Amino acid sequence: MFSDMFYKLLENHIFLIGIWETLYMTLISTAFAYLLGLPLGILLNVTDRGGIYPMPAFNSVLGAVVNAFRSVPFIILMVALLPVSNLILGTSLGNAAMIVTLIIAAAPYVARMAESSFKEVDAGVIEAAQAMGTPTFKIITKVLLPEAKPALIVGAVISTVTILGYSAMAGTIGGGGLGQIAISYGYQRYNDDIIWVCVALTIIIVQVLQEIGMTLARRTDKRIR
Amino acid sequence: MIEIRNVSKTFKTEHGDFTALKNVSLTINDGEIFGIIGLSGAGKSTLVRCINLLERPTEGDVLLDGVSLVALPRKELLKTRRSIGMIFQGFNLLAQRTALKNVCYPLEIAGYSRADAESRARELLELVKIADKAGSYPSQLSGGQKQRVAIARALATNPKVLLCDEATSALDPNTTQSILELLKDINQKLGVTIVVITHEMRVIDQICDRVAVIEDGIIVEEGPVSRVFTNPQSNMGRELILSGVRHIERVVGEKKLRVIFNGESTYEPVISNMILETQTCVGILYADLRARDGKDYGYTVIQLPDDERAVEKIYAYLDGRGMKYAEEV
Ligand SMILES: Nc1ncnc2c1ncn2[C@@H]1O[C@H](COP(=O)(O)OP(=O)(O)OP(=O)(O)O)[C@@H](O)[C@H]1O
Ligand SMILES: [Mg+2]
Repeated sequence: MFSDMFYKLLENHIFLIGIWETLYMTLISTAFAYLLGLPLGILLNVTDRGGIYPMPAFNSVLGAVVNAFRSVPFIILMVALLPVSNLILGTSLGNAAMIVTLIIAAAPYVARMAESSFKEVDAGVIEAAQAMGTPTFKIITKVLLPEAKPALIVGAVISTVTILGYSAMAGTIGGGGLGQIAISYGYQRYNDDIIWVCVALTIIIVQVLQEIGMTLARRTDKRIR
Repeated sequence: MIEIRNVSKTFKTEHGDFTALKNVSLTINDGEIFGIIGLSGAGKSTLVRCINLLERPTEGDVLLDGVSLVALPRKELLKTRRSIGMIFQGFNLLAQRTALKNVCYPLEIAGYSRADAESRARELLELVKIADKAGSYPSQLSGGQKQRVAIARALATNPKVLLCDEATSALDPNTTQSILELLKDINQKLGVTIVVITHEMRVIDQICDRVAVIEDGIIVEEGPVSRVFTNPQSNMGRELILSGVRHIERVVGEKKLRVIFNGESTYEPVISNMILETQTCVGILYADLRARDGKDYGYTVIQLPDDERAVEKIYAYLDGRGMKYAEEV
């Protein structure tokens, strides 16, 4: 039923290694993409016209930059960003190099995701906080972030799944993981079964991540109960 | 004391400038409950937001105990806001915090330790009679309960002033009643000056000492509730307060008299006695009377007889009783 290649990969734990590589590329990239993207998202929200610290000109420029990154198809952005990896790590190959490009490519996506979560925070609650004499920075830490937390977690789940998809594409330009296995052992050597195994494994990973994340979001949110 | 001095507020919109407040001046005394009534869009919220400078007046000044808020540096302004509590129609509680933690919020901002904040918050929940809900999240509370938590939160930092923007407009009549009683209680017990914004005359009637009527950003009338409610001078005041009277014109065409009750008559049926003493028949067209401390406030509109002499007798009787009256047109 399976090809010889399948058994060979299984014997050498290639699938396990692939799962591990996919997971750590995805999770590390997501974590760092949030380190960049979350402050950007806060900045986008706070400096918006109706925000708590309006800076319309700055906001337009920042928004335009974020949109520019977001409108380039990911695979092209990755190739374009390879020199940046080279600059930081001295190489444009391997998982570390892929992680650098993933972070830079995903951060603007995360920024918009976070921005939309902050937008959901009730304007009245922010107004009440201002009426109680809260300084702008404390509104971010004590109102915006805690009130948006459930939405931020949902956003993080969606971002993680998106970045997992990106990481699979990284397989075509020198990254590892399930994407690379599907392409080099499956697609390029005509082993359809290997492609399907990779697809199934990816689906399972996504389902598990999704389940964990959504449960966490539900547990956190005090609005529904 | 709050002094609103010649405050104007102009908003810049895509369709040009819009002036929501025009040269508004009001003085609100310490310890009183001051009402501001007007139709939707009249500028009530804008005015109340100018008091704590959530909205910065385009012109004019706001003084709290003689200190100009407009001139305060931002840091000082934030501190001053702790002495001006505010509650809202939509309650505006932090959805991810319990009732207790909501009340803790302003205390945290003011730099209280966690333990101090919590014990003070418990006292306040006690005061607004909702201590049993300390651990509940806003989504688990009814509207009235949420407003109680919001009141406790607004009072946490011992404010001198409490601003209420349509605080009861989202509540049913019974709950409205209990919140109004709570506000009155707070005013009396803690001596907090309360500014009440509403479009419901009932609210003003029940708890306010003085009232201002606002129309299109202009204060058209101001005075003690007992006066404004019985004898409104402005058209808007009439419309808001005496809206029931307008249909009388259609009922009869003859001369009508509005008899004003301003607390002069204690337990005395003035109109009945007038009919008995003057031996003339009058029709009662409309009455809106409220008893307060055993005195009547409000007015009665009566239809006068055609007989001139009978009318004179009625005038003489009312004059003798010190009653105010005015001919209706
Ligand atoms: N930020 C703003 N920008 C532009 N126009 C505004 C702004 N805020 C208020 N306005 C306008 O000012 C006017 C007064 O608004 P305000 O909210 O003070 O009315 P209100 O008396 O509180 O009405 P309501 O009873 O409906 O709450 C309205 O016409 C409104 O459209
Ligand atoms: Mg309003």
